[in-house]
Amino acid sequence: MFGALAVSTGAYAMVLINAAGATFPAVIYQKWFEEFKKSHSGAQINYQPIGSGGGVRQLTEGTVDFGASDFPLTNEQIRKIGKFHALHFPTVMGGVVPTYNVEGVTKDLNFTGPLLADIFSGKIAKWSDGAIAKVNPGVKLPNIDIVVVHRSEGSGTTFVLTDYLSNVSPEWKSKIGTGPIVNWPSGLGAKGNEGVAGQVKQSPGAIGYVELFYAIQNKMPYGAVQNQAGKFLKASLESVTEAAAGAAKAMPDDFRVSIVNAPGANAYPLSTFTWLLIPDSIPDAGKKKAIVEFLHWMLTTGQSYAAPLSYAPLPKSVVAKEEAQIAKIH
Amino acid sequence: MGTSTAAAAPSSGGVGRFFKRLHDGDEIAHTLTLIFAASVLLIAVLLVYQLWMHSAESRQKFGFNFFLTQTWDPVSGQFGALPYIYGTVVTSVVALLISVPLGVGAAIFLAELAPARVSNMLTFLVELLAAVPSVIYGLLAIFALVPLLRKYIEPGLKATLGFLPMFQGPIYGIGFLAAGLILAIMTFPFIISISREALLEVPREQREAALALGATKWESTWQVVVPYAKLGIMGSIFLALARALGETMAVTMVIGNDPRIKASLFAPGYTIAAVIANEFTEAVNGLHQSALIELGLVLFLLTMIINAGARLLIIATTKKGSSRDE
Repeated sequence: MFGALAVSTGAYAMVLINAAGATFPAVIYQKWFEEFKKSHSGAQINYQPIGSGGGVRQLTEGTVDFGASDFPLTNEQIRKIGKFHALHFPTVMGGVVPTYNVEGVTKDLNFTGPLLADIFSGKIAKWSDGAIAKVNPGVKLPNIDIVVVHRSEGSGTTFVLTDYLSNVSPEWKSKIGTGPIVNWPSGLGAKGNEGVAGQVKQSPGAIGYVELFYAIQNKMPYGAVQNQAGKFLKASLESVTEAAAGAAKAMPDDFRVSIVNAPGANAYPLSTFTWLLIPDSIPDAGKKKAIVEFLHWMLTTGQSYAAPLSYAPLPKSVVAKEEAQIAKIH
Repeated sequence: MGTSTAAAAPSSGGVGRFFKRLHDGDEIAHTLTLIFAASVLLIAVLLVYQLWMHSAESRQKFGFNFFLTQTWDPVSGQFGALPYIYGTVVTSVVALLISVPLGVGAAIFLAELAPARVSNMLTFLVELLAAVPSVIYGLLAIFALVPLLRKYIEPGLKATLGFLPMFQGPIYGIGFLAAGLILAIMTFPFIISISREALLEVPREQREAALALGATKWESTWQVVVPYAKLGIMGSIFLALARALGETMAVTMVIGNDPRIKASLFAPGYTIAAVIANEFTEAVNGLHQSALIELGLVLFLLTMIINAGARLLIIATTKKGSSRDE
């Protein structure tokens, strides 16, 4: 009823939209929905950052109008929804950075993909290991045990890290694999970016991983990772966007793509999109209008909010491709 | 007319009685309280029913092996509960080993030995402690307890008692011992508070009789008053145990969240409540979710078994030599 009214008058007579999902982009999503409501009065989007898994579940059960996830749905998950097809819209990007606590080391450490895989799987157990020294010439590394710290709860951050490690290490892929929660061969689990960061800070010899935006906002030291082109890069918003640009050439039409270890001289290898999951069929006309307008707004005006909040904005090539996908919503 | 009145008389008498009872409030009170009591049963039954139904996928796939296997791998879909059961039991046992002697001892002091003013003040503090939310205890553990364990207590234990397997291995600060200690701190106020009440309820005559027979103050306390209050003290221990088994937040903050069975108390571990809280929101896959729900069922069973065992213990010990029945 409100929907019909909204269409006929061109204004939003109180369209209330519910969404839920990923926690990583929650800060910018809250900001976006707040700003969108100001410029499109009456269109209110409530976002519950309950985790990607929860968002997918609620979308499948039909208790939210759209979902959000830090990792693309599998074919099986899409089939399970049934009632509609879930369109993937990348919104912003993030990176994952290695952070550590090694006494006496003041310079940023370098890591290669296989090296990170060996460290996180417990194969390399001491900081003085030759493999670490090899990529860190001139750094004096102490002979202490490495303590791996990982996320205890399911998270997109873990997904990106394990996706990357599976990409660069066949052994990691076959033994541990990719997922928001994996069977860690060693280490301590801590909750959230703040839990991992705190645990690393407290434990001598610890290594963990946090979201780039968390590291930037808390001014944490973090290491550089070697990209596909062979360059050691410290993650930045630009190098994350670069990864998406590198991957954009081979972007599939449904945007379900992993951009870890992307090509490009300045592409940061531990990068990821985060997605909105929008039903391709929205029967309520008012909601449909609001969601479509939000997507247009998010891809244009919305992108300018990304960098100040330490999220990496989408590259232009991806924005253009997404604009075309909006037409699929009916 | 007359005949119909006569015929209606007995029933109207019954109705009258009913209304009289209704007027007195007995009937209403009876019915209402019955409904309230039944709701307890209803909630328990619904809980088990829901846990049972939603864990079907996991129960069918793993069967009894769920209790015996140690792998928990959401990527490959292998789920075993043993490390979580182990972690839950170990942390609760460590907690009670510390909090029971401390709590009962403190309760004896407060109820029997302390001057009234000291007792009242400390009891007030104890009740405050019992009301502190568990996340606060978790923070206390992370920022105060864990560094203390890592720097002093665990190295000290390793140096002195290191020949025991439970005090060996690398030291992280967080792990079974940290979780057990914070649970001890959290359950300790419950034990004091309820045990003290139980001790205060012991009739004066019991003490006087013991003293009249020539017992010292401590003999009368330890041999007469404490055995008399045994039921209440046991009750406080069960309540503490229930809190320890189900505690989530404070435990997950300091246990290390690593599902492995290790003999060392310094090693990281995991508990049932903690893994449910950590993994449920991201359990997209049906089997994973189902396995987590089955863990909930396991926790329910574990609590039931331990409580039933404890009750049997009470029955056995009170029969043997209770001064109360004589």
